[in-house]
Amino acid sequence: MKFTIKVTLKKDVLDPQGKVVQQTLQNMGMDTLKSLRQGKYFEIEINENNESKAKYKVEDMCKKLLVNLIIEDFEISKI
Amino acid sequence: MNSSIIVFPGSNCDRDISDALEKLKFKNTMVWHKDTTLPKSDLIIVPGGFSYGDYLRSGAIAAKSNILNEVIKSANDGCLILGICNGFQILTETGLLKGVLLRNKNLKFIGKDIYVKTINTDNKFCNKYKKDQVLKFNIAHNEGNYFTNSDHLKELEDKNLIPFKYCDKEGNMHEENNPNGSLNNIAGIFNDKKNILGMMPHPERMIDQMISGNDGANLFSSLLN
Repeated sequence: MKFTIKVTLKKDVLDPQGKVVQQTLQNMGMDTLKSLRQGKYFEIEINENNESKAKYKVEDMCKKLLVNLIIEDFEISKI
Repeated sequence: MNSSIIVFPGSNCDRDISDALEKLKFKNTMVWHKDTTLPKSDLIIVPGGFSYGDYLRSGAIAAKSNILNEVIKSANDGCLILGICNGFQILTETGLLKGVLLRNKNLKFIGKDIYVKTINTDNKFCNKYKKDQVLKFNIAHNEGNYFTNSDHLKELEDKNLIPFKYCDKEGNMHEENNPNGSLNNIAGIFNDKKNILGMMPHPERMIDQMISGNDGANLFSSLLN
């Protein structure tokens, strides 16, 4: 079973990388660009047929290693 | 005093720290990250470097290594723990120290000599310093921008858990003397019990006047007090 995980910085955490990317796009003439935040993306395959069990395992991986909950949020989706 | 330095793939300040400790006659052991037991230690040092190439987040992978379980147990038993630079990042990833080290505000790796002021000297690590003393240390990091929630920040200030803050040569603490964007110019923090210190500057690079300065020597000699 395959899942994707989207990791984003929490709203009140500064995102200097995203800011530089945003400024660069704006400098390139993309003047309708309003805001941009940068994040991380993981694809995970689990040896488990029960969807809720598999999702629980992915969530555990997020909490224990993939995500720093002080500064990041995550979103899991099945693919 | 018995000390242990934890060595990860990518550690690069471990030898400098062992030189500093040996100069002060510590009985030091280098401990590989795959080891599952620690020698008897009064002090454990998690050194700087780029453990596991800073993959995922700085310190995140090292924080899950075998030996860190032992370090956490010792820390909870009151053993003195010092995390320098990447070591500080690892300690925050284990949860032994609260907060997180974000990317430097200017997005650049910063390697230079800076000044810090001693804010709290009433602890095992800084008792040889005077309060408000200005020290020259060296920093070399890409993620040294200390961040934590506002409640914890207040706790750090109220309980006097901040030993060092970035300042200028005269000891003035302004945003301009903050090299990496750290909250309140924080260069290092303690846990509640003050047996765990995490700091971004490298005291081990300042132990010899002949080379670059000796402002770091007192941090190690304080531990012998």
